[in-house]
Amino acid sequence: MPGAALRDAVAQARRWYWQRISAMVLALCVVLHLAGMVWAVRGGLSAAEILSRTQGNLLFAGFYTVFVLACAVHVPIGLVSIAREWWRWSPMAAAWFARIVTAALLLLGLRAVWGVYAPGA
Amino acid sequence: MQDKTLDVRIWRGQGPDDGGRFVDYTVPRLDSQTVLDVVTHVQRVLDPTLSYRFACRVGMCGSCAMSVNGQARWTCRTHVAKVVGGDGDVLEIAPLANLPVVKDLATDMTGFFDKWARARGQFQGAQTRQDDFARVSPATPERQAADAGIECIGCGVCYGSCDVVQWRPDFLGPAALNRAWTLVNDVRDTARTERLRAVAGDAGCHSCHTQGSCTERCPKGIAPTLAIAGLKRTVARAAVKGEL
Repeated sequence: MPGAALRDAVAQARRWYWQRISAMVLALCVVLHLAGMVWAVRGGLSAAEILSRTQGNLLFAGFYTVFVLACAVHVPIGLVSIAREWWRWSPMAAAWFARIVTAALLLLGLRAVWGVYAPGA
Repeated sequence: MQDKTLDVRIWRGQGPDDGGRFVDYTVPRLDSQTVLDVVTHVQRVLDPTLSYRFACRVGMCGSCAMSVNGQARWTCRTHVAKVVGGDGDVLEIAPLANLPVVKDLATDMTGFFDKWARARGQFQGAQTRQDDFARVSPATPERQAADAGIECIGCGVCYGSCDVVQWRPDFLGPAALNRAWTLVNDVRDTARTERLRAVAGDAGCHSCHTQGSCTERCPKGIAPTLAIAGLKRTVARAAVKGEL
């Protein structure tokens, strides 16, 4: 197998591995997220109430940072397959699409976490 | 039963872009009639120019696989009654999907078998004819995994049922990957790393979406989906450890 093809194949195998690992993390995160929401709204819900719990709460910020990171790993790998198989995009176009989605997920996700964590935000 | 008839639509010509189309026929409906019996009747009685492929007629050779009412099947082992329910139902027979059509119901299997070679489907041992027989216990997990897929006869039913082959023409396909998995589990084989490299990547095992059509349709009851899952784990572990 030529060197470039082998590097590509190894990278693909590693991406599959990371998608598996991130799927496991996401499964746990989604369950905790849903359970947390049900618990949080038990006595009604207001923005002030949410922020009073989340601002300065490192545990909260850490959990949702992991959630965002797992999304940023998992989603683009799957989107590459969809772009190539269903939309017939070239490997290069699909790779750039995945990079843009990764950047957007990281930027928007981490900005949202910071928004509800940062005191006085 | 003898006076009953069956409406049949059979693909004639090459692809749809080359003038290929379905042609309607009416054949006698018989007891215990197989789809291959229907095709043979059309060729021998109604239109001798119909081309199709078969050999053993008993499910051993794997050469008569076609698409029957949208599903890949061995025509010799498929009774008409299994796919055509009541009166008025039409039996539709087309060449196996995902393969170029040579003519009518005969497909060009070259690409299918070339992929077996690309997946390193050849056994490579280290012993010579002067050595004693290798003794492999049938009870070991490796041998049991190999035995689970070893009965494949290369009919192409799984290949014609695979959506990923349709989406990615380079994808090695269930049969070639199943073959590779039997050899990965063969303790006598010495080409493990080369084989794992051959089945990794976009055209290899990691493109499989585990939809399971191959396993659902395999007439031999083999589960290529399991074989591919095994390859995914083995290849990914090797890649992460830097052993590929």
